[in-house]
Amino acid sequence: MWWLTADEWLALQLSFKVGLCAVLASLPFATAVGYLLARWQSRGKWLVELAVNLPLVLPPVVTGYLLLVLFAPRGPVGGALENWFGVRIVFSWIGAAIAAAVVSFPLMVRAIRLAFQAVDPRLEMAARSLGAGRVGAFWSVTLPLAKSGVLAGCVLAFARSLGEFGATIMVAGNIVGETQTIPLAIFSYSNRPGTEADVWRLVGISIVLAAAALVASEWLERRHARRVST
Amino acid sequence: MYRLSLHCVHRFGGGFAIDAALATTARVTALFGPSGSGKTSILYMIAGLFRPHSGSISLGDRIWLDTKRGIDLKPERRRVGFVFQDHLLFPHLSVERNLMYGRRRRPNHPQSIQPARVIEVLELGELLGRYPRNLSGGEKQRVALGRSLLSGPELLLLDEPLAALDEGLRDRVLTYLERVVAEWHVPTLYVSHNASEVRRMAEHVVVLEAGRVTRCGTPADVLPDNHSSPGGSPV
Repeated sequence: MWWLTADEWLALQLSFKVGLCAVLASLPFATAVGYLLARWQSRGKWLVELAVNLPLVLPPVVTGYLLLVLFAPRGPVGGALENWFGVRIVFSWIGAAIAAAVVSFPLMVRAIRLAFQAVDPRLEMAARSLGAGRVGAFWSVTLPLAKSGVLAGCVLAFARSLGEFGATIMVAGNIVGETQTIPLAIFSYSNRPGTEADVWRLVGISIVLAAAALVASEWLERRHARRVST
Repeated sequence: MYRLSLHCVHRFGGGFAIDAALATTARVTALFGPSGSGKTSILYMIAGLFRPHSGSISLGDRIWLDTKRGIDLKPERRRVGFVFQDHLLFPHLSVERNLMYGRRRRPNHPQSIQPARVIEVLELGELLGRYPRNLSGGEKQRVALGRSLLSGPELLLLDEPLAALDEGLRDRVLTYLERVVAEWHVPTLYVSHNASEVRRMAEHVVVLEAGRVTRCGTPADVLPDNHSSPGGSPV
């Protein structure tokens, strides 16, 4: 794009790739955990909630450090991935996507959980009394009714992924064209003299994307509220 | 001839308990009693939506629940048609897709219950393309009744289907219920706390008080004239 330098354009593309992959990878897990938290009544529930919400309050650098230990070439998961599949996670865009997925996971679960909570559980009972199994009732009734709320969660998580900095720089570093997303590019430029205009362009892009995500998720949540009412 | 028999025991928190036994072969049996007497819980137990601590439920020679033998058929395998008090239509599906929801999921429908005829008897033709949010209370309950019928039930469970309706609408929906019973002869368990409804619909009445069956018999025996509280002879 004419108004962006090549590096800025790369950072923008990479941010979208990382954010999209993070959301797609989290979605099945966040849906399962969100549904469980919405419907499950048990004493052990608080422990699951604690584990899910921890990345929300932990300093992202701490999350990043833990991921680095886990996914380092000699780490418990990173070693196995490298030996079996030849995949290296740290200092690659996959590492950035994993960091973004972990940090945005609590936001996604929260939105999805609220979406499921708004669906009357007796509608599932009605579906089952009409011959649908537990899984069939979920796919044909609960999920379609929660769809807008689930999408709102995806948009929020995507926006959070675009802004991810602390965990990403720990796990993936700051390599132009490979792991340098928009926030990392802003960080690099702001340390260099004479790049104020570049920084402002990226700051502007960040604000526009974040605002668009908020508007979209708000719209989706309203749509969800309309959908579940009879 | 069908025969529904059950004996269910369940203790809820707060001291309330259900310990109810009943057996019926009547085409329409009413479960009659004041609010909080356990009528709806018993319907949920029959449908498999709520598991009692102990008990047994059978329809004809099929056992749906027998806690002693570890039998507990899932709700989707019990072939009941449940009409809930507040209809519980699926808000994201059109009336037509609501009606066909159960039919698509249950094989071996009785040939006698055909969609076209159900739509005709319940006068749903005009509503097929609409969504539940655009229906009146009476229309919603008619669609819920049609949806249950079209799933090919061996037993219809009606949980106070008129309770959420205005006085004027009740009589109209009751007429539709009578048409359904007359046309398809599906054995029906009708929960109500309204004596005149029960008198009009039921052949057999089971009176429930505080989780226990206190009386049963014909409406004339069990329900005193112009009096809505249960009377009659003991079980």
